[in-house]
Amino acid sequence: MTGGPDGIGDKIMRRTAGLWLLIGLGAFVLLPWYATGGGFWSFGWLPTLFAGDAPAVLWMAAERPWLMLPLLGLFGATLSLGFLGHSVTLARGLVASGVLGLSALVFEGLTILGNGTRFGLFDGATQPGMGMGAFVTSAALLFILTTGISGLRRGRGDAFITGMVGAIIALVAVFVFYPMSFILIRAFELKDGAGFGLTEFLPRFFAPANWSVACLTGNGSCGVAVNSALLGLATATGTTLLGLAFALIFTRTNFRAKKLLRVLTILPIITPPFVIGLVLILLLGRQGTFTVFFADLLNIEKTRWLYGFWGVWLAQMLSFTPIAFLVLIGVVEGVSPSMEEASQTLDANRWQTFRHISLPLMRPGLANAFLLGFIESVADFGNPLVLGGNFNVLSTEIYFSIVGTVADPAKAAILSVILLSLTLTAFIAQRTWLGKKNYATVTGKADSGRHAALNPALRWTCYLVAIPWAAFTLLLYVLIVFGSFVKLWGYDHTFTLEHYKRAFGIVVRNGVHFTGAAWDSYMTTLTIAGIAAPLTAAVGLATAYLLVRQKFFGKDAFEFSTMLSFAIPGTVIGVAYVMAFNFPPIELTATGLILVIVFIFRNMPVGVRGGIAAMSQLDKSLDEASITLGANSATTLRRVILPLMGPAILAALTYSFVRAITSVSAVIFLVSARYNMATSFIVGRVENGEYGIAIAYSAVLIVTMLLAILTLQLIIGRRRLRRADRVETA
Amino acid sequence: MTKGAVRFEAVTKMFGDVVALKPLSLDIAPGTLVTLLGPSGCGKTTTLRLIAGLESATSGRILIGGEDVTHLSATYRKVSMVFQSYALFPHMTVRENVAYGLTVTKTPRAEAHARAEEGLAMVGLKGFGDRLPSELSGGQQQRVAVARAIVLEPEVLLLDEPLSNLDAKLRRHVREEIREIQQRLGLTAVYVTHDQEEAMAVSNRIIVMRNAEIAQEGTPFELYDRPASAFIADFIGDANLIGVEVTRTGAETEILVNDTRITLPLAHDKTGPAQMVLRPHQVQLSPEPVPGSFAAEISYAAWLGNVIQYTLATPVGPLFVLSPPVAHPFAHGDTVHVNFRPEDVRLVRTA
Ligand SMILES: Nc1ncnc2c1ncn2[C@@H]1O[C@H](COP(=O)(O)OP(=O)(O)OP(=O)(O)O)[C@@H](O)[C@H]1O
Ligand SMILES: [Mg+2]
Repeated sequence: MTGGPDGIGDKIMRRTAGLWLLIGLGAFVLLPWYATGGGFWSFGWLPTLFAGDAPAVLWMAAERPWLMLPLLGLFGATLSLGFLGHSVTLARGLVASGVLGLSALVFEGLTILGNGTRFGLFDGATQPGMGMGAFVTSAALLFILTTGISGLRRGRGDAFITGMVGAIIALVAVFVFYPMSFILIRAFELKDGAGFGLTEFLPRFFAPANWSVACLTGNGSCGVAVNSALLGLATATGTTLLGLAFALIFTRTNFRAKKLLRVLTILPIITPPFVIGLVLILLLGRQGTFTVFFADLLNIEKTRWLYGFWGVWLAQMLSFTPIAFLVLIGVVEGVSPSMEEASQTLDANRWQTFRHISLPLMRPGLANAFLLGFIESVADFGNPLVLGGNFNVLSTEIYFSIVGTVADPAKAAILSVILLSLTLTAFIAQRTWLGKKNYATVTGKADSGRHAALNPALRWTCYLVAIPWAAFTLLLYVLIVFGSFVKLWGYDHTFTLEHYKRAFGIVVRNGVHFTGAAWDSYMTTLTIAGIAAPLTAAVGLATAYLLVRQKFFGKDAFEFSTMLSFAIPGTVIGVAYVMAFNFPPIELTATGLILVIVFIFRNMPVGVRGGIAAMSQLDKSLDEASITLGANSATTLRRVILPLMGPAILAALTYSFVRAITSVSAVIFLVSARYNMATSFIVGRVENGEYGIAIAYSAVLIVTMLLAILTLQLIIGRRRLRRADRVETA
Repeated sequence: MTKGAVRFEAVTKMFGDVVALKPLSLDIAPGTLVTLLGPSGCGKTTTLRLIAGLESATSGRILIGGEDVTHLSATYRKVSMVFQSYALFPHMTVRENVAYGLTVTKTPRAEAHARAEEGLAMVGLKGFGDRLPSELSGGQQQRVAVARAIVLEPEVLLLDEPLSNLDAKLRRHVREEIREIQQRLGLTAVYVTHDQEEAMAVSNRIIVMRNAEIAQEGTPFELYDRPASAFIADFIGDANLIGVEVTRTGAETEILVNDTRITLPLAHDKTGPAQMVLRPHQVQLSPEPVPGSFAAEISYAAWLGNVIQYTLATPVGPLFVLSPPVAHPFAHGDTVHVNFRPEDVRLVRTA
């Protein structure tokens, strides 16, 4: 049936589709269709495979006949492979079968939810959440579909690429768009299941509790949305300016202690979210060391100024300035010196050059830093929780409407919509402001010129702002260490190891016992971060590869949706996950898996950005050479692209590992007794006022991450050397 | 035998709204070296990438070795390509680079390495297998790229400006080497360049492209001797293009140039304005008038060693002339008498 003009392409399509068909059928017949009690990998389901943990065939024959629906797709694929000779016809058959099977599966999954059914269909039917069998079957159907698409004779017909695109779209759809839809549904739901509409939503959305601007006019407090927005703007402005000052010091001055500055700018990134707030309290709170000291000295009243807008702002500035710095240093370095030199030869002085040439060229960087600062600030949960006092913001309000004494998911959903509209507005405003102007001075080309030095006034402004700031940061870190070794900071400064013992105690008696209270969450955190990091890097880099190197239909929309998930605050994602994955068809709450998944999709955008940058520097003809030499895309990826992307891979790994350990906003909703994370453990201690142990734990986490980063850096460093002397002349 | 034959049937290629290739049909005979020649942006690389399968055709059919490969991905086409940037894998040794195509197609390692050594020997790089590409000179890297492409014994070898990164001397040497290997192995080769001298030197046939379509194709001699347009006449070898009036057509053609009637021993299709092609070395200059000559003034003269180059101011415009060297060349401002043989003249339509 093959041969003729279709030849080898046809054969490959047949083989690939056939393989996935077999896998799909195998899963349908041999794997437990529904989620199994002890998790899949414990294999506890094996003995009960033909009883409680039955595969779909058995359920289908017994009480759940609707499972026949997905089988239709597999059946269609079998027929297509058996009877359709011409390759385009076969491809169409496969596409139709895949679409049929997947939509049937989605339909039955979304119709019969646990004990209830929808749309008045299948009355009385029940089914638990989907498990491994359902997962593998849907993957098989998806790849049958994408293999079919590759054979449609549009484009170059590479089943591996269409499969990869399909897989990423499916993952983003299931783990970003599907949960986000729950927020919208909840927000627009009418009372007592009366359907959907605006009558509930509008009044609650525009309630004065959200939007009041009373605090600006001086009589009362503002709405939470206004609070969040003001805080976001203040933090974004502050971190961007401060980050710029640091970046200018690094690139445009001969400042001596650049190394130390660099370390100080990295530290906050690996600091768990509460620590800074905590140390600030211990320093500047009503009983804080500084407060008491100055109160005695100057005989002024001790106040609680720290608990409110300014305290949160200060903590956020400390936490997020490094992010702005990291964004800006790349851009500031990238401004081509020849442009600055050109300006100076035109008799502009240093200030004019900076004002009219360098600054405008840094615009994209400034916009990016500002956007990042804004999103981080409004999504931030730890600092407002610790320092907010009566100053409420959206993220904490969302938290309390989920876990508070009166749970109000509808309120959480509406607040999430508000938060999301804030970040999306910022996101869209940034894109509009940057527009389509080309700032292509940031080329990869080596420029021999030197950057223009800053004029003295500007230089001293930078020093005056940045150096005290750096000193303050340094002080905080010294105090973290100090605080973890004293009995009760502020009251009893005797040296003690008590906090470390309570958190990380080990008893050696008949074997080693990890008796410390923190061990559990510490191990869970490391394991989950360790699993999530490589997966995040893989998904991120795969997406980057598709965006940079492949052409396919709908690429712009694909790119936009991966960018968009970057604008969704962690709090919102967390709420969405709780709402979406708490019941069938996908039931994941209280598992470790949901934590891994949330990290993957939270941190993926950064992997994508990094991957795009690295991939753009690899000459495209390298992959093309590999392809024309008879390697397929998968082999090319494995043997040519990945080995040359070492640094980008490790950067993505480091970043996602660190973020998985320090993240709190999304995680706080998703942890369970069995899978508790370090950050939520620390929140618990802080809420109980056990500051010592919280600080000690944080110090251990900081050291852990430093070690991890150093290890990875060592590998990166070595790789870079080897790469450099190999790439040079190629 | 159709192995190695390449055929385009009305192939087009669009990039969004950009037309990179208008409907293009061509036939490349097995075992020949065909050059795609043309100014920048005319679609040479696009054509080559369509043969390789690195771009997909917007419409039309592509056949290699008689088989329709229009929708076959590059991986499975029996075509190898030598890239302008060489595209050697920087993290592999020279031997691993050359053996790459064999190992990814599941040739046993030992055999792959043995054949890689043969390939390296063929391009004169025996013993360089353990080096990294960065430890080779540009010319050597280029030859590794060629070896890597030919060890796969492709039906068609594609080369996209393979010599543009080499200096002039080396370029001549390597192009002869490539031509020699192509002939020895009987490969079909498609070679892209915008250097017309290089094209003339290595090709069996030349396809001249312009504005996303074929302007003319033929052997180097045909293109030189019978240019179909002023563009070709100017592009293949230098030419003086002089506006004339065709007054009579038929087996012989009568033209009117600068009030002089000349009868040319060639056929032309219609009367009216046309352009006369006169090659610089086919113009004779003499100090004294000869029958049929006309007078002109030397406006520029340069001695280039084996030729003397003049620019003349004539009633029909500037004329570019190359003369054999003599002891006393004409100097700037001299008046000379110009003549040429009617059988050397070609006529093309006005652009
Ligand atoms: N990926 C692309 N997207 C859009 N337009 C393209 C793309 N690749 C090529 N083009 C356009 O198609 C036309 C033909 O390009 P091509 O690379 O084939 O030119 P070329 O003859 O190889 O030129 P050169 O001698 O400069 O290499 C050009 O106008 C080019 O701008
Ligand atoms: Mg080209």
